[in-house]
Amino acid sequence: MSTATADIHHDPVESNVNYLNSSYGIRSWLLTVDHKRIGLMYLAVLTFMFTIGGVAATLMRLNLVEPQGALVEPETYNKLFSTHGIIMVFFFLVPSIPATLGNFLIPLMIGARDVAFPKLNLLSWYLFVTGCGFAMFAILSGGVDTGWTFYPPYSSLYSHTPVVIMALGIFIAGFSSILTGVNFVVTIHKMRAPGMTWFRLPLFIWAMYATSLIFILGTPVIAITIFLLALERLFHVGIFDPAIGGDPLLFQHLFWFYSHPAVYIMILPSMGVVSELITAFSRKKIFGYSFIAFSSLAIAVISFVVWGHHMFVTGQSVYAGLVFSVLSFIVAIPSAIKVFNWTATLYKGSISYQAPMLYALGFIGLFTIGGLTGLFLASLATDVHLNGTYFVVAHFHYIMVGGALMGYLGGIHFWWPKITGRMYPDMWARIAAAIVFIGFNLTFFPQFVVGYWGMPRRYAVYPAEFQFLNILSSAGASVLAVGYVIPLIYLTWSMRYGPPAGRNPWGAKGLEWTTQSPPPTENFDVPPLVTEDAYNYAYAEAPHV
Amino acid sequence: MIGLAQISFHNVAAALALIPFAPADASSMAGDVDKLYYLLTGITIFFSVLIFSIIFYFMVKYRRRSDDEVPPETHTSMALELTWTIIPSLICVVLFVWASALYVRESRPPASATEIFVVGKQWMWHLQHPEGPREINELHIPVDVPVKITLTSQDVIHDFYVPAFRVKKDALPGRYTSLWFDPTRIGTYHLFCAQYCGTNHGEMIGWVYVMSAKDYATWLAAGEKTESMAQQGERLFTQYGCVECHIAGGTGRGPSLAGLYGQPEKLASGETRVVDEALIRQAILVPNSVHVPNYQPVMPTYQGQLTEEQILDLIAYVKSLGSQERNGK
Repeated sequence: MSTATADIHHDPVESNVNYLNSSYGIRSWLLTVDHKRIGLMYLAVLTFMFTIGGVAATLMRLNLVEPQGALVEPETYNKLFSTHGIIMVFFFLVPSIPATLGNFLIPLMIGARDVAFPKLNLLSWYLFVTGCGFAMFAILSGGVDTGWTFYPPYSSLYSHTPVVIMALGIFIAGFSSILTGVNFVVTIHKMRAPGMTWFRLPLFIWAMYATSLIFILGTPVIAITIFLLALERLFHVGIFDPAIGGDPLLFQHLFWFYSHPAVYIMILPSMGVVSELITAFSRKKIFGYSFIAFSSLAIAVISFVVWGHHMFVTGQSVYAGLVFSVLSFIVAIPSAIKVFNWTATLYKGSISYQAPMLYALGFIGLFTIGGLTGLFLASLATDVHLNGTYFVVAHFHYIMVGGALMGYLGGIHFWWPKITGRMYPDMWARIAAAIVFIGFNLTFFPQFVVGYWGMPRRYAVYPAEFQFLNILSSAGASVLAVGYVIPLIYLTWSMRYGPPAGRNPWGAKGLEWTTQSPPPTENFDVPPLVTEDAYNYAYAEAPHV
Repeated sequence: MIGLAQISFHNVAAALALIPFAPADASSMAGDVDKLYYLLTGITIFFSVLIFSIIFYFMVKYRRRSDDEVPPETHTSMALELTWTIIPSLICVVLFVWASALYVRESRPPASATEIFVVGKQWMWHLQHPEGPREINELHIPVDVPVKITLTSQDVIHDFYVPAFRVKKDALPGRYTSLWFDPTRIGTYHLFCAQYCGTNHGEMIGWVYVMSAKDYATWLAAGEKTESMAQQGERLFTQYGCVECHIAGGTGRGPSLAGLYGQPEKLASGETRVVDEALIRQAILVPNSVHVPNYQPVMPTYQGQLTEEQILDLIAYVKSLGSQERNGK
């Protein structure tokens, strides 16, 4: 690998035994309690779910090329956008980084042998897969048409689709989130290696910690909400039905009480990844360590009190609107602090541009735009006009795809050599990163414009004047699809044919780079002792013990 | 039938309007919302360009020149951290105050506004003028007369959205919400449903025709002669037997409704509520929940017997009783 810097340090003799080849056979995987294998099993399931969600998105965009619908009937279109949203949010983005990279890296980064509760970790995976099974069953038996937001009374009384099965899938997968959150919090508290104090932790760990708090505090709320929805649909108990004394807006309050923090479940882990990538590829200590760490916690806390900004046009009181608007502005500040600190980290660095760094820089660019356009929606008067239009769609895709997904891909590329022990072709990876960046902007930038112009979201057919911008957006989506297929090919290729990576191909700091690639089942030959801060790039010596 | 000429005209118009930045500006609110929008766009561009330029500058200036480079350590600066915390916070304060002032204005219809009642149902808009005309997916209104829209839904949640006016509000089943606008420009504008409501959500589109006062008068005169909402409500009042108990003077089994609208009313529960659309609706559908002292709670529910439109007619009738009373005084 031309771009890989060889590990110049006095490597111990490499063992041929690692977590991948220490045992063989399907049983050795399905019954494993090794956090690294569980992380990989999540990666496999998540890649499958991402593909399903991506295919649905591609079909949607194809249909929108024509104002009258180029491909499918409105009924099918509604199922496509619902499938896309439900799969991408609940079965891909929420678990994405925590379940794969979090599982794989948390013990390695803090110098532990495994997570605190390895069997619970495996149970989490089974719960998640069971949830995916229900979701796939709902899709294969026709698919639901409620949108990922499941607003009653449409979802409870009017939709003729398998809503309860899908709801059960989300309910079960939610327990996987809760257990993973508990596991991570305990692991980070109790399993840190000697010398790994809180303020020596890599910022990825801080991000995982903040995310785990939201998992634990928020997920039970969505579980209860979705359970109530199923009860309402099955037995018509009337919680959300105004005709018998219920309140349809109650569902929206409960739903967003989880689902707004869930946006931060998606973005916080990516911010953690970006902190690791920016430092590694500029060989700099992070600028403002404690500001980035505490801004993660601030986001986790404030995110629980901004849900009402989804409901500015539902007829909630003007005063509630004002309060939620203030809080929504406040939650923007910690994100701005992070962006400025990452930028400052580059100052006087030694910056190289391998694929993971391209994803990290892409993240900063897209997240900046996503964050700033959030101000349009925190501002009451502009939100009234923009709520429910494509502007909102564009905004949250800049956060959830431009941000969260770019971070996920950057992280996968960065730690791939550690996970598999092999390098992938960096040139292809850079090309793919560029294609993703261009395709993404072409897809979603026009949606800001068409949104301000007034095009509502979730329209299977639309007035002809919006067609031009929709064609641009659909063209972008096809470029984006290519950008996602390329990494799938070369990463799969590299697992067998990629050149060996060595312990530390990027010359990065962090305990995970001190062990062999792929790591042995027990992670470290000798339990590590930590004697320095994170990102200590000013000293050439790698943090070997 | 669309003629060939119309198609080509349409295409040319569409081509000319390929990348507009904002929809038509047709209400007293639109221009002000646009100003805030342009400020927000300016802030977005400024900070994006600022951050991207700094990053690009660093990317070029500090690119890695040799593999064994060890860059110098830089230290966190409290002054910088405070700067980039405080400046964005101040900008947010300005945005909050500006946007909120507009929102508060948007939430207060002027007393002079004419009222239109709108019922959303899968997948159409039913619009009622108090003078009687009823429209489906079309709303004719005179220019420069403020309009207050009272919304409800017969089934799922819909959302009344006219981009050209920059206004939007959910239409909820079981309750009334409202919005208002002052149309300032003659023209024809989209009325969208902006809350997903099922299969044909994308076709729940109507048109708002803002007309000159003269054209509006012509349109009104050309329409079928219909009773006003209050008159229709009065007919329902008799037809459903309301009149048998709610006798003027309050000597019947129910209280007199004359002069009630807009007044505070003490309920048997001890609570005092102003008699508004929501209370009248509740009294018709769940009578015992708003039962008043000195009368037996014997009124039956009319849940399921009246359409949303009929309930609105009855409300209009009760309101008209109020004004008769006041006029009489």
